[in-house]
Amino acid sequence: MSVIVNFLIGFFVLAGAFLCLIATFGVIRLPDVYTRNHAASKATTLGVMSILLGTFLYFYAFLDHFNSRLILGFVFIFMTSPVSGHLINRAAYNSGIKLWDRSVRDDLKEYNEQVLKKDKL
Amino acid sequence: MKVNNIILETSIKVLLFIITLFSVYIFTAGHYYPGGGFIGGLMTAGAIVLLLITYDIKTVSAILPVNYRILTAIGLLLAAGTSVGAMLFNVPFLTHVFTDIELPLLGEISLHTATIFDLGVYFVVVGVTMTIIQTIGEDE
Repeated sequence: MSVIVNFLIGFFVLAGAFLCLIATFGVIRLPDVYTRNHAASKATTLGVMSILLGTFLYFYAFLDHFNSRLILGFVFIFMTSPVSGHLINRAAYNSGIKLWDRSVRDDLKEYNEQVLKKDKL
Repeated sequence: MKVNNIILETSIKVLLFIITLFSVYIFTAGHYYPGGGFIGGLMTAGAIVLLLITYDIKTVSAILPVNYRILTAIGLLLAAGTSVGAMLFNVPFLTHVFTDIELPLLGEISLHTATIFDLGVYFVVVGVTMTIIQTIGEDE
């Protein structure tokens, strides 16, 4: 039992740290704001959630302490981090930051043009 | 052009309860764990600031019709009242007392006058933070 719990704690903490590292590489390597945001908001959310889960398991298994604040933080990160990624991307798009020059599709641009045309008519 | 912020508005409706609950938890846990009036008040003010980011000032003052300057005054009154109140019982200024009480639903809890002092700190922090942010935000 203790071996399995030990393994799970180590796995969750290390996997979370690894995902955060991957997100950092994504932010450095990817070409424009939108792809960077994609890397940062997805991978770090899962990474931080894994680390929190590992911490929660550690305190619950070894110190017999049910820390509900960690679960609250877990839920909170899961709900807020994608919303903040969405808001940053939206602010970037609305202030006219260009997509990567090799992007092939921009559906929002077509939609915006259609809406502008309707407003003019 | 009216901005359509439906994702932010919907998530705020759920998140505000979590933040407010956590700030009340931090306020009440201040005697035995890290926390207290200052950080609880700041977190409550943070929840109201989140509302201010999502909606505009008029909507927020319709949701929470609170005059924050009066809230600051009430907080100072509570803090000063618990401090001066000790002198009525022939003990030095700022002397606090506590007692253990058996409540019907909550069981045995310890009531401390320092909590009222802390409630004063809480009100002052919420009031001052919101006054600063609202006066800067209203400036046009």
